Amino acid sequence: MSKLHLEDLYSGFRDSNVIKGFSKLIEKEAKKLSKHINIMEVCGGHTHSVMKYGLPQLLPKNINFIHGPGCPVCIMPKERIDHAYVLALQDNVILVTLGDMIKVPGSKGSLQDARSKGADVRFVYSPLDTLKIAEENPEKKIIFFAIGFETTTPMTASLVDIVLQRNIKNIFFHINHVTVPEVMEQLVDSGEVNHDSCDNRIDAFLGPSHVSVITGSKIYERFPQKYNLPVVVAGFEPVDIMEAILMVIKQINESRCELEIEYKRSVNHHGNIKAQALIEKYFEKALQFKWRGLGDVPSSSYMLRQEYAHIDAEKLYRDILPFEEIEDYKLCICGDILRGMAKPHQCSVFGTTCKPSTPLGSCMVSSEGACAAYYKYGNLLNE
Amino acid sequence: MCLSIPSKVVNIDKERNVAVVDTMGVTREAGLELMQENEVQIGDYVLLHIGFIMNKIDEADAVESLKVYNEILQKLDEEERQQVMKDDDKCQNRAP
Repeated sequence: MSKLHLEDLYSGFRDSNVIKGFSKLIEKEAKKLSKHINIMEVCGGHTHSVMKYGLPQLLPKNINFIHGPGCPVCIMPKERIDHAYVLALQDNVILVTLGDMIKVPGSKGSLQDARSKGADVRFVYSPLDTLKIAEENPEKKIIFFAIGFETTTPMTASLVDIVLQRNIKNIFFHINHVTVPEVMEQLVDSGEVNHDSCDNRIDAFLGPSHVSVITGSKIYERFPQKYNLPVVVAGFEPVDIMEAILMVIKQINESRCELEIEYKRSVNHHGNIKAQALIEKYFEKALQFKWRGLGDVPSSSYMLRQEYAHIDAEKLYRDILPFEEIEDYKLCICGDILRGMAKPHQCSVFGTTCKPSTPLGSCMVSSEGACAAYYKYGNLLNE
Repeated sequence: MCLSIPSKVVNIDKERNVAVVDTMGVTREAGLELMQENEVQIGDYVLLHIGFIMNKIDEADAVESLKVYNEILQKLDEEERQQVMKDDDKCQNRAP
């Protein structure tokens, strides 16, 4: 085996010659397609790469991307942001969360706004940073506002584990971890998207990269089996995405419908068993979770198990947390974008009222949202 | 936010259950809580996500992918060269 260098794991999978090579292979293979196909890249990381590297321009006209709901910041409903906002403004509380949450607007404002009102909000790189904050502020209640997909859930579970093992008394949790397959299934089931006569039907999925590192590819088995939809789990680098697209088209041309892994250097069928066990130990599925722009999706989120209610901020602060439903902005069409029924630039407020600095809709909030990616890189599009 | 960074393990502190990883010249600590005991060794390539090592990158597979990409490029180059020669044969305006 030739020697691998760390640099190869970056540059080798971003090589423009290889990307162009795959573009030629895809063009050749796509000529054999009998229909126009729509591939949903579920994950925001993929959406970002697709736009950053200008991949739509390297694909033939009969291949279209539908940008899926895989950005955990974007799909966080205002109701949950309001929880964070209210908790942050409590006396004696330090709210800790990942940096991605800074700008996300709830109905009362963002956490940045709460901070300007005097709330102690700390944005951290890792959940583990919460330990130091708790140690330095023994008289304060530290609430970790946990966000993210399956990729990030085990890291929160690990913090729960440390808090309980070390009997740390001043760290609490507000859990907002969401899961991918259920929302994919809802999109397919909605009929709105998966109708053969519709231009926005989903013909295949690119499976998320790092969700799948944790869960294994097994979580997507239902899609080829039950819905007759191919899934190819792809890495985030542009070469990975192009190779995965070629794999999807080959499946369709050869009348195969399978679950395949392109990102084999990091993903296998069973995933990270230890991480899964840690999630299972501390979390259970909530009945449903409201996804911003998509509505309620059954069994698509985690909450702390009942036996850990004593560290569950959502239960401990129940009396002061707002639970009324809040509607999304009427002009915003994020829901349609996430369902593949519209592209960001078709929205009337895109790039005018709704910008990354002042986002109205969920897809503009995070750099991984489809609207934010179009805003940043969309001038390359010739549509 | 699901981005994870390929990094190389340069040291392991078993007592604290942390590894020191190098990410393209930047070194930092990463928790080993999600890895099995002794699963990660110095010199391994891993994915780093919000302060934790989340998996070990399969080095052989990465090398194999890069080899396949190289072969694809060579094959495409050869096909293009053959096509140019074919076009050249058919060319009417060849100088005498």
